[in-house]
Amino acid sequence: MQYVIVGNSAAAIGAVESIRNYDTENPILVISDEPYHTYSRPLISYYLTGLRDEESMMYRPKDFYDKYKVETMLGRRVEAVVTEKKQLKLDNQEVISYDKLLIATGGKPFLPPIEGATGPDIYNFIKLDDAKDLKEVAQPGKSAVVIGGGLIGLKVAEGLLKNEVAVTVVDLAPQLLNSILDATGADIVRKCLEKQGMEFHLGTTAKTIQNFGERKIVGLADGKEVATDFVVVAVGVVPNKHLVEDTDIKVNRGIVTDESMGTSVEGIFAAGDVAENHDILFGQNRVIPILPNAYEQGQVAGANMAGQKSVYPGGFAKNAIGFFGLSMVTAGITTAPDETFQEYSSQPAEDRYLKVVIKEGKLVGFVRINAVDRSGILTGLLMQQKDVTDLIPQLISEEIGLINLPQDLRKARLKGDAVQ
Amino acid sequence: MKKIYAQEKYCIGCRLCEVYCSAVHSEYPNDLVKAFNRSKIVPTPRVKVEEDRPLSFAMQCRHCDEPHCLKACITGAMYRDEESGAILNDAERCVGCWTCIVACPYGGIFRDESKSKVVAKCDYCLDQGDPACVKNCPNGALIIEEGGE
Amino acid sequence: MTLSMNTPEFLVERDLDRCIKCQVCVGQCANEVHKYDKETDSLSCDDLACVGCHRCVTLCPTHALTIKKFPLEFRENANWTANTINAIYKQAESGGILLTGMGNDKPYPIYWDHLLLNASQVTNPSIDPLREPMEVKTYLGRKPDKLDFSDGELVTEIAPQVELELPIMFSAMSFGSISLNAVKSLAAAAKEVGTMFNTGEGGLHQDLYSYGDNAIVQVASGRFGVHPQYLDAGTAIEIKIGQGAKPGIGGHLPGEKVGKEVSETRMIPEGSDALSPAPHHDIYSIEDLRQLIYSLKEATRYKKPVAVKIAAVHNVAAIASGIARAGADIITIDGFRGGTGATPLRTRDNVGIPIELALAAVDSRLRNESIRHQVSLVVAGSVRNSADIMKAIALGADAVYIGSSALLALGCHMCQKCYTGKCNWGIATQDPNLVKRLNPEIGAQRAANLLRAWKHEIKEMLGGMGINAIESLRGNRLMLRGVGLSDRDLEILGVKAAGE
Repeated sequence: MQYVIVGNSAAAIGAVESIRNYDTENPILVISDEPYHTYSRPLISYYLTGLRDEESMMYRPKDFYDKYKVETMLGRRVEAVVTEKKQLKLDNQEVISYDKLLIATGGKPFLPPIEGATGPDIYNFIKLDDAKDLKEVAQPGKSAVVIGGGLIGLKVAEGLLKNEVAVTVVDLAPQLLNSILDATGADIVRKCLEKQGMEFHLGTTAKTIQNFGERKIVGLADGKEVATDFVVVAVGVVPNKHLVEDTDIKVNRGIVTDESMGTSVEGIFAAGDVAENHDILFGQNRVIPILPNAYEQGQVAGANMAGQKSVYPGGFAKNAIGFFGLSMVTAGITTAPDETFQEYSSQPAEDRYLKVVIKEGKLVGFVRINAVDRSGILTGLLMQQKDVTDLIPQLISEEIGLINLPQDLRKARLKGDAVQ
Repeated sequence: MKKIYAQEKYCIGCRLCEVYCSAVHSEYPNDLVKAFNRSKIVPTPRVKVEEDRPLSFAMQCRHCDEPHCLKACITGAMYRDEESGAILNDAERCVGCWTCIVACPYGGIFRDESKSKVVAKCDYCLDQGDPACVKNCPNGALIIEEGGE
Repeated sequence: MTLSMNTPEFLVERDLDRCIKCQVCVGQCANEVHKYDKETDSLSCDDLACVGCHRCVTLCPTHALTIKKFPLEFRENANWTANTINAIYKQAESGGILLTGMGNDKPYPIYWDHLLLNASQVTNPSIDPLREPMEVKTYLGRKPDKLDFSDGELVTEIAPQVELELPIMFSAMSFGSISLNAVKSLAAAAKEVGTMFNTGEGGLHQDLYSYGDNAIVQVASGRFGVHPQYLDAGTAIEIKIGQGAKPGIGGHLPGEKVGKEVSETRMIPEGSDALSPAPHHDIYSIEDLRQLIYSLKEATRYKKPVAVKIAAVHNVAAIASGIARAGADIITIDGFRGGTGATPLRTRDNVGIPIELALAAVDSRLRNESIRHQVSLVVAGSVRNSADIMKAIALGADAVYIGSSALLALGCHMCQKCYTGKCNWGIATQDPNLVKRLNPEIGAQRAANLLRAWKHEIKEMLGGMGINAIESLRGNRLMLRGVGLSDRDLEILGVKAAGE
């Protein structure tokens, strides 16, 4: 039984650890186009500010592959999957056979239609190599335009600002962090970042990037122009699904997977940012490119690959992020999309904001700015889709505790009953 | 594996568990007075007493079989100790992103900014012997039970 | 606003070098003595509210606290002591009866401490209890006039007996005056060690029916909680005529302490004061008492011994004789040092007589009338240690009841504020916050430990006297000598002076 995993990040590691739970003998091969030992992608923004180096970014200890009996092919790209032959074609023409395959290739940067979007001094910010390149030019006194005011965009913007680079952020949405925050919360974040010197152009997008001597000029849709030394395109990620292009593996936005993380082809699984699965809050299949979800999906895939029936219950987005002393956690749906959802929030202060979104009495999302403590209790309620109508005042208070939960739920938590 | 349980009916909300937890994780684990009066910042306790009189109980990490925190940890700092089965946090690798805090449905992980910015959670007092909270509970409310349930 | 003359009884001292400001003391004091001020980041104490229960001292993790007598001096006055003066201040302000808890704390003579036990020397050698079996088992109940045998078999019918593994029982303390956790602790300890606990006037709580084999159920003047299942539940029934702490008046449980469970167990409305009348209103003569004794025996089909409990008062010997003839199987005598949850101060400190004298008088009288075998005598009223028990048995007791000692084992610190319902140790309270503090598993352990320790000490002392059965000590006045007693005292006690 040959297990092959394409990818070397959270989903892949989740799969490896899960497979080895049930199968300690059969060989596992991990193929990744990056030449590095498995590392934590989110930590690249810490690399940028010098808080972490390559060694301290490892996602698992140095002896991980030996301990888990994993063979690796690092710096090798898989070009195609030949499902009928159960084979992979690599970029060096080598052919690898598999019995069970996991595609965990993650995401690749989304390239918006900008004229002049490629070339020198234009960077992405997805992987370690991107961070290495960017670090070289991020010198004090320089300036940068970051296209994209989402999770990645703001993290790279913060990193550049800490390197004393003047930063301007551009985003199509009228607010920052559109995917995870509501307007009120985003406003608090923006004010905090503006205090640190960040500049924003919101509600518009970059249309052109032109050279101007050593520098660049970014032309915006609203007509403005921003001169800068370099540009970072951080609009988002899309699933990296090129290698299944010519196969009969069903794809939608991402690779379509069922509750066992299996694809439409028997023996082939997908997990992580490349996969699409059930979002329990939106009630539909989505790609949820969040590390915890990638790991969990990898775990489920791995178990099923090793012949152990395991079901992925579906996921939802949850994030913990912070900028310059402002920390926040968010989860699920944070802005009511229609009247069937209700919103409840605390009085927003300069540095504090708590909000929940309820549908049919159940918690479907929350925002907690500078109220991180014990926020996982709300996540638990979200996971189990419990009725929280009586709890709403406590949910938007900083003092939330297990003591606020109804008695049976509280006792289950105290016992440590599993929360799925 | 053995787990720590709080018996609501016996917890008197005195918070001595929090006091001892802070002390044994400080620079002076064997001297309460020094731990509180000489430490620059007293470490965050890893057990939390919740109270709504007459109900009260102490809660700490459940050392789950399926640990949400471990799965959510972006740096791999959260790991399972092979020998004891406990879930531990490697403070050197932790970046204080708080993802585990939003992942833990029991609210068992706490921010600890006493030295650097990391999380603190129950570590079973593995380097002390028996868990300090259980040892020092004056009313026998905290117990260790084998077998999980 | 008029000026109060109340000054603190106690001084709370905090060692600031040891205090770690954990605020455990703040949370643990039901009288709110300790307070934390956020602004100044410091702790302060309101000495006036302190009752000297030592809860904070015991729980303080760095032993930073101590309680001292408040150092407020009056001019020296052997007659007008501070206590005497303060009592008048209180009554001038309240216009009411002074209440107190636990037992008489006045310096009356303690006869236990004037009695000394024998030990074997040359003849009748000592027995080592670790090597020889020691019998401390005790049976309470009416013993037959004589035993008849036929063909080697006993044909005399013996009246029902209460079987005890040791001659110590837990005294009557009602659920209501003490918490359910306290009663549970004593019930479990009694079961563990093989002795009895007494329900007092509070009835038997539903949760305790499983301990029925170790219960003596009390029928007091208020008849609280008395119904057929209750009478059948225990091993014996005790009619309470009086108690040592307040002879002549009935029990009093303030309405605040009558919550749902107390109400259900006592069969009275929630929140109503539980006032036991002074007399049983159906006992106005010794014949009435005989009638009640036999009614109870009929109701329980003569399967259970019926006891009668009286306070030790003047003429106690004559009263006891009457009770024995009225058909009681056991007589409980409660001396003036007996404890209680609430009683008027003056009654507690001035009414009743010492149990040592009462016991000796009753035992002698019943022997003289040749009816001593018709009843077992159980005494109470400050039995403080195993030596007191030995002396009680030597004076004639079959067994002793312990009340204050049992509560001390559970954690009581004798602050005498039981009547406030704010017992910080979870004993004399119904406040659920406070009741929690007494973990019945731990309480049962502590109470059982006390009994086990005393049982062992009794065996040691018996062995030292060369006796291997408690029966040989019972009423054996020759094993006692008095020291520092008048001739009159020695005569009443029936004991020789040391040296004789």
